[in-house]
Order: sequence, then structure tokens, then C-alpha cells
Amino acid sequence: MPAWTSRSSSRGRKRIRHEENAPRAAKAVVFVAALIPLARLAAGAALGTLGANPIEKIIRTTGYWTLSFLLITLAVTPLRIVLKLPRLVRLRRMLGLFAFFYGLLHFTGYVVLDQFFDWPAILKDIAQRPFITVGFPSFVLLIPLAVTSTDAMMRRLGSKCWQRLHRLVYVSAIGGVIHYLWLVKKDISDPLRFTVLLTALLGFRAIVLLRRRARGSNSTVLSDRREAG
Amino acid sequence: GEKLPGVRKTDHVLPDALTPFEDVAHYNNFYEFGTDKETPSRTAGSLKTRPWTVSVEGEVQKPKLFDVDDLLKLAPLEERIYRLRCVEGWSMVVPWVGFPLAELIKRVEPTGNAKFVEFITLYDPARMPGQKSSVLDWPYREALRLDEAMHPLTLLVFGLYGEVLPNQNGAPVRVVVPWKYGFKSAKSIVRIRFVEQQPVSTWTRAVPSEYGFYANVNPQVDHPRWSQAKERRLGEFFKRPTLMFNGYAEQVAHLYAGMDLKKFF
Repeated sequence: MPAWTSRSSSRGRKRIRHEENAPRAAKAVVFVAALIPLARLAAGAALGTLGANPIEKIIRTTGYWTLSFLLITLAVTPLRIVLKLPRLVRLRRMLGLFAFFYGLLHFTGYVVLDQFFDWPAILKDIAQRPFITVGFPSFVLLIPLAVTSTDAMMRRLGSKCWQRLHRLVYVSAIGGVIHYLWLVKKDISDPLRFTVLLTALLGFRAIVLLRRRARGSNSTVLSDRREAG
Repeated sequence: GEKLPGVRKTDHVLPDALTPFEDVAHYNNFYEFGTDKETPSRTAGSLKTRPWTVSVEGEVQKPKLFDVDDLLKLAPLEERIYRLRCVEGWSMVVPWVGFPLAELIKRVEPTGNAKFVEFITLYDPARMPGQKSSVLDWPYREALRLDEAMHPLTLLVFGLYGEVLPNQNGAPVRVVVPWKYGFKSAKSIVRIRFVEQQPVSTWTRAVPSEYGFYANVNPQVDHPRWSQAKERRLGEFFKRPTLMFNGYAEQVAHLYAGMDLKKFF
């Protein structure tokens, strides 16, 4: 069952059939592809080709892929609507969990490789460095989402509650992009690319929401609550 | 690279291990060639460093346009091993080749009005592709107070590891001011101006709240966005404490006696 969404609202409906038919191959391909950045880092570390400052390289790269997977996860809903491919939602939990996975590597990299468990320095960073002040909660917010990504947790929470909780992914993504913007010394072209993409992804949802309101609350396919994920 | 002839060894050595040449030449902040650290080593081949002239001008009795090959012979070349601390929180140890900037300054005879020395980097987007982007206000400008520029530690540099400077390290001529953050040490210099008013450096113009005129290495004055208390020496796992004036306090602290270094950061 997909993450970052509430499929339970449609349980027993016709969508199920499509989802059962969705090729497992797609999932396998995405899974392997999502591990490529990690494999390249690991190979670079083993071969000593991560450059003069490998720790910085590891932390930057995992951070970059955390944000990338967050945006890819947030792109699933617009893409299923635009491409008329509702089954794409089956990939969403895995993509979301990869965002968390790279976020965990990024955070662990900072704590272990960069600071080596210097907790006073870490706390000082969180309190005083705006980019860490915003980056730390952006990662922490992903923990409850990862924990509640299982089918059992979805059932336990109920679709409405689960969905509300998982809207935290928006906060996390916005925080993550600000974290990147505030970190960069001067050349903000890379974080700006993320900002533009995130704005587009959130803008899409805003338009869908406004349209739905304009048409009355119970019309069109977009009224399906899980589309809001 | 090409060996520099007649380089004297000096007693400017450190107990610290040298940063390998490969790292010194492949981890560069040189926005004229791109804003990440690996790009300059790939793109700096477009910089032709001959012919090259350096105009020494402004408040001096004897302004002169130097050909870089003549400038190189102005004083005996010596090797000095200095720490280099970047404002970003990393550091390296580099065996530079050059001579004290004071040797040049004495020869052009500053007037009584000369209070500051400004260094201006080449502006040529064809040879420096990073200048096609407006990420900084080109050409790059840096400046020192005259007494800082005259200080015996301040070096006019033509090489490292006994060889001609790699382009990405600021060829053909740069300054190195070891007690200040790296960005104060201007690269690929074409003009040296002696002026009365304190010039505005490129990084100060870009972000005045983060990069001051002095930029002295100081573990007690944090960058607004990160701590300066520690640094990662390239090649080392554990961070080491950053030293006051990058470890050169004994030689340079008197230059700043009575100044509030939090204010004049």
C-alpha cells in the first residue's frame, strides 16, 4: 500500500483492481534506481574519489537526494492527474521512504562525520544557525511519516487522521528547501531550482483545491480525498 | 607544473602535515571559474597567463606597469609553509612560493596618502568563464590596510610546491595573507592600487553582514550562519580548534590592538 496517501478511503473501490494489476517491475526498477546515488557515494568512498573533502561531499550529496526524493514524492499526485495514471500512487510510499532514508543518511552524516557526536556543538548549531534550525525539524518531521507508512498504521490511524498527519510532508519540503537556500554562500542557482519546482508542485495543489471549492465540494474526480496527498 | 628556479627554503615551516598537491589544486574557491570547488581545476585551462602585466598605481611615487616575469625577479623567491583557513570552515597547509609583498611596496614608494592597498583580479569572461554569471560583482576586488600589506607574513605568490601556480590557485600572481580568511587573498591580480579611503571588497559588497573588511581568522567571532570555532583540515576526520589569527597571533595581534574585533570582523 502506498505511503504519503490514504488509500483506505478507496478501499474496496474499483481502483483496487488497477493497483493489483500494476506491474511489480516498475517498483523494482524505481527501488534499484533510488539506490544509485548511495551506491555511487559508497563506491567513491571505497575508491577514495570523493575529492579533497569527502565528508562535505557525503553530506551535500545525501542532502541533495533527500530534497530530490521529497520533490519526486510530491510530484506523484500531479503526475497521476496530468498523465491519467492513477496507479503511479503505488510508487509513492517507496519514494517517500527513500526521501526519509537519504534524510537519515544526511542527518547521520552531519552528527557522526561532521560533528562526531559533539552534542553541545550540535545543539548550538540547531539553536543558532538558521539553516540548521530549519533543517533539523524538517528532517524530524519525516520520522512520524516513515513510522506511520505501514498498512497497519494507516488502518490504526484512520484515513482522515493519517492524511492530516502526512500533510507534514509539505512543511518538511518547504523547510528543506529553505535549509538549502540559507546554507549556500552566494550562488543560489541550485536551491532556486528546488524552490521553483516545489512552488510548482504546491501551486498545482492550490489550483486543484480552489477549483474544487469553486465547483462545490463533492464534484469531479479531484474530490477524491487522496488526491490531496 | 613548471619548476620555479632558485627557491630558497625558509624557517616558515609548520609542525602540521602538508595538504597533498592534488587536494590543493582540486579544491578551490575561485568563482571566476565556477562556484563549486571542483570546477575551477577543470575550467581554469582557459586562463592564459602570458603575457600578463600588473599595474601598480595610485598613491605611489613610482607607479609602474610590471610584466609578470619581471615582477617574479623583483626579490628572491622563497618557500613558506602557511595554514590557509577558509571562511567556510575548512583549512589546508600549503607550501607557497613568493616573496613578501613589502618588497614590491617599498620599490614603488607609497605617498603619505596611501592608507590601503587594493588588489584587482583580471576581468575577462573569455578567459574566466565564471565571470559570465553575475554571481559576484566583477572584477574581484580585495584590499588590506597598508600596515597589513607591509607585514612580513603577507606574501606575493607565484607558485606552490616549488612549481608555477596552477591556474585554479590564482596564477600567475596572487597574494596570501595567512591570518585572514582565504577570500582576502586575491588571485590572478592585474592591478594593485594604493588609496586613501578604505575600499569595499567584493564579498563585503555582496553580503555586508557576513563578510567584513578585516576577515581575520577568529574562533570567537562566528560567521552569522555558522560557527568559526573549529575547522576541518582537509584529510583529517576530527575537526580541530581554529586558532586566533589562524595561529599567527604572536606576529599580527598588535596590528589590531584596541580594536573591537566583533565590530571590525
